[in-house]
Amino acid sequence: MELGSSDASKSTFSLTDEDHTLANALRFTSNQDPRVTFCGYSIPHPSDNRVNIRIQTTGEPAVDVLKDACQDLMLMCRQVRSTFVKAVGDFNLRNPKPVKDIQDKGDKAVQDSKMSEAVEDLQDMHID
Amino acid sequence: MEWIKELPDVPMGKLPPHLDLQRTRVQCNLDAPIHTDTFQYSGAYASMGVDNSTRLDTFRDNFRVEVIRLTEEEIEFDMIGIDPALANAFRRILISEVPTMAIEKVLIANNTSVVQDEVLAHRLGLIPIRADPRLFEFTENSTLNEKNTIVFKLHVRCEPDKPRLKVKSNELKWLPNGSEFPLVVEGSNQGSSSKPKTYTSFACSQKSLPEFSDHSIGAMEEIIISKLGPGQEIELEAHAVKGIGKTHAKWSPVATAWYRMLPEVVLLEEVEDKVAEQLKAKCPVNVFDIEDIGNGKKRATVARPRACTLCRECIRGGKEWEDRVSIRRVKDHFIFTIESTGALPPEELFTEAVKILEDKCERVISELS
Repeated sequence: MELGSSDASKSTFSLTDEDHTLANALRFTSNQDPRVTFCGYSIPHPSDNRVNIRIQTTGEPAVDVLKDACQDLMLMCRQVRSTFVKAVGDFNLRNPKPVKDIQDKGDKAVQDSKMSEAVEDLQDMHID
Repeated sequence: MEWIKELPDVPMGKLPPHLDLQRTRVQCNLDAPIHTDTFQYSGAYASMGVDNSTRLDTFRDNFRVEVIRLTEEEIEFDMIGIDPALANAFRRILISEVPTMAIEKVLIANNTSVVQDEVLAHRLGLIPIRADPRLFEFTENSTLNEKNTIVFKLHVRCEPDKPRLKVKSNELKWLPNGSEFPLVVEGSNQGSSSKPKTYTSFACSQKSLPEFSDHSIGAMEEIIISKLGPGQEIELEAHAVKGIGKTHAKWSPVATAWYRMLPEVVLLEEVEDKVAEQLKAKCPVNVFDIEDIGNGKKRATVARPRACTLCRECIRGGKEWEDRVSIRRVKDHFIFTIESTGALPPEELFTEAVKILEDKCERVISELS
């Protein structure tokens, strides 16, 4: 996987079955690392499922830097996912779906009371 | 070198406004957009004492998601504080790497319709299957069993004395017990065995599996597959398996997934009275509004910048217009839209896509260590 590593701080990594999706994201996270002096990637041939990522560092082994870049990317993804799930939850709270197939009666009661509150609010607004 | 930092016109720790504009905005000029690239390198502004690297904690503090619209098949949300490298990775994964189920093999017993077998099979393949792909395994090279295949039956016939008949996808009937077509094996003496061999080898009915008990499986309704004339008939069996959009677009879970950067329209000078009316009239998507500022004077305001389509009609018509209005795009603010085909709700598609990118990272880490 790792090619041409006479000097551990300058390496090219060849990833099979990957493309721009991962390589470009990894190039971004690697470039954000202050230890990286150069990071780029290339796809040697469009019909090969292979991408080469070149990393040159200020001295640390390039493998470790790439591993950290992957780790960073993974943590960012986790953050994206949790933020997204929370945003969808907030949206659903703000815009409750029409009461359709809620089996739990307790839930329905809550929904109904919420609905009646909303209706009351609307009526209040009209009076004002 | 220290004395440079003491000079009053060297803003340390902060980028000068014109560079910050270049870093965070795409400037859309009349001839072409400029400053379109992002500055990824952590040391890009080192000479100005500005650290350009995104630390995870600052990313955590700044990253925001706001859902604008969410229906059963479509979601629009704003993703703020993220690099295009990541936003584009999510988009690419959504289109080509999130798995779904789609019809892969069609066994045609009888087809006297005008639609040829291969065209019919292709049409069937493109029908979205309403089944959670996470409950299934990839077929790889293993046999078709209850864990990796959904079998549908289609048997319609237009009686000779009846008018033409539309065959819709509603006619696809799920067979939880697997294929019903007997597999003919030459030379073997069948008949004595308890169960005749078919084209699939299901160990049990899919209905008996707990994961399918609460949601039934079916094809997307109301899609026309073919039309039958009097006396014509179609009898076939379709086997749906798990796959990804990279192999064939029929496995793509999205009708489309795309993003655009948030438009920003800035009036560089006060636009008043007659010119304001002209400006409002210029914009085909009605970005500008006019407000009264007293004394019978009117002023143009930017009311709906999100609607801007970057047609640049407002800066056409001479240098003076280019000096009045500036159209920009915010580089780290993405308006993401996902249209699902129906297998999974759109919000789950996105979380699946993010998970796939995480798995890719994990794979690289494990291969490196």
